[in-house]
Amino acid sequence: MKLYDYALSPSCYKVRLMAALIGVTLDIRPVDFHPGCEHRGPELMALNPAGSIPILEDGDLVLTESSAMLVYLAAKAAPQWLGNDTAGRTARVQQWLSFSHRLTASLGAARLHEMLLRPGNIAALREQGIAALRELEAGLVEQHIRGQRFLASDRPTIADVACFPYVALAPDGGVSLDPYPAIRLWSRAVRSLEGFIEMPGIHRLHELTPAPVLKVGEA
Amino acid sequence: MTRNTMIDGWYPVSLASQLDAHGRRTALMGEPIAVRRGEDGNAQVTGGNGRDLPACIRYGHVWSSLGDPQKPLFAIPEADQPGRRLVEVGVVRVRCSPLRAVENFLDIAHFPFVHTDILGAEPHTEVQNYKVDIREDEDEVWATQVKFYQPQAAKSAEGGITTEYMYRVPAPTCSVLYKTCPPRPAEWDVITLFVQPLAEDLCDVWPWMALFDDETPMTDLIHFQQTIFVQDRSILENQIPRLLPLDPGMEIPTRADLTSVAYRRWLKRHGYTYGAQLVAQ
Repeated sequence: MKLYDYALSPSCYKVRLMAALIGVTLDIRPVDFHPGCEHRGPELMALNPAGSIPILEDGDLVLTESSAMLVYLAAKAAPQWLGNDTAGRTARVQQWLSFSHRLTASLGAARLHEMLLRPGNIAALREQGIAALRELEAGLVEQHIRGQRFLASDRPTIADVACFPYVALAPDGGVSLDPYPAIRLWSRAVRSLEGFIEMPGIHRLHELTPAPVLKVGEA
Repeated sequence: MTRNTMIDGWYPVSLASQLDAHGRRTALMGEPIAVRRGEDGNAQVTGGNGRDLPACIRYGHVWSSLGDPQKPLFAIPEADQPGRRLVEVGVVRVRCSPLRAVENFLDIAHFPFVHTDILGAEPHTEVQNYKVDIREDEDEVWATQVKFYQPQAAKSAEGGITTEYMYRVPAPTCSVLYKTCPPRPAEWDVITLFVQPLAEDLCDVWPWMALFDDETPMTDLIHFQQTIFVQDRSILENQIPRLLPLDPGMEIPTRADLTSVAYRRWLKRHGYTYGAQLVAQ
């Protein structure tokens, strides 16, 4: 399976992260997105007329939407990540997969504007990003009330992988995550998963040192 | 208010390869400027009031100045050596002081924690003694005999090696790093950080490299360096205070920070204070 990839792209990272979490090896083909704009060159435009990356190739199959790539990887190697065991859960996963595009269009565009000087109305992008974060925070709080740590279930699904990168990188676009305790807990849960990999701007969890044990009279 | 002595310096304002007649609008120390390719093929830079600014093309970038540069842009003799691959890494904007961007580049102690498993890894966190001096003749800060254990020092490095470095600050917002070159042990790889000061707390960073590496595809070289720099970016944007303190009292340096101490002393001596904080608050 060949992934047309850019190290700093959160959408490409979704696919790399999914593959790492379920133990699939990808053949990485680096694309000079910045500064070379290779994704708009003839070779990649022929593969994906939308001019975006990632692109995932597996034999005859060419996918250009990251959510479809997550579905494909999970269906192939780890179907429990599809979260499709009940009608409600199936729908919830689809709801968050669609929602993830709003994160890309708001927080992702704010990040590109602030980091790689791409054009955009930064105030409007941040406002839309904050609206999306508030919705995600509310969704995660409801999940906690149901006793579930992840977006659609008590175990991680492709919905979490689809939403995590642009949320975790919100500060790159000047949007703070400080006001969202449920999002921060969820980010911790995602980063604790076995096989988790980081990308620039998303740091791995450093081991917590044990809390000091004080005996009476020591303090 | 004293005169900004950094005004006469050269600063990077564009990649030379991306310059066209349409040009780009950017800024230098708060002043809006326009950079374009003129009919004669040379770079043209215009200041906020329409005046022509000095311009030259060197090391893959267009350089300009708001003032009257008293000397040509600093030399990097290695950059002209035949056989090197010149890598244009591209711009990354960072909401931090331009001086902090350079200071971070000079620091090695953070490698195992920020560039984990690439430029450093626990438990190899010790910074061994190294030499730092302010060379009076060249008027540059130099750190030499810097050694550090690295799991993957360069794209051309297989496995962990102890890498040797030399750091050089030839201008207040530019640094040149010389690093062990795995395929050519007698030579040094050259990795630079050219910083364009947009404001005292905002900068565009243009990393650039001149490497001996005939194997690695160009895109991989670009991605390696962008990965490293964007790992630094989130740290830089959270440093407090935002301006670089030049007076003692705000921070307590350790022995590993000798280069930073010399850099700050050199900045203060020259009055290079754009992006600096002078009295500890």
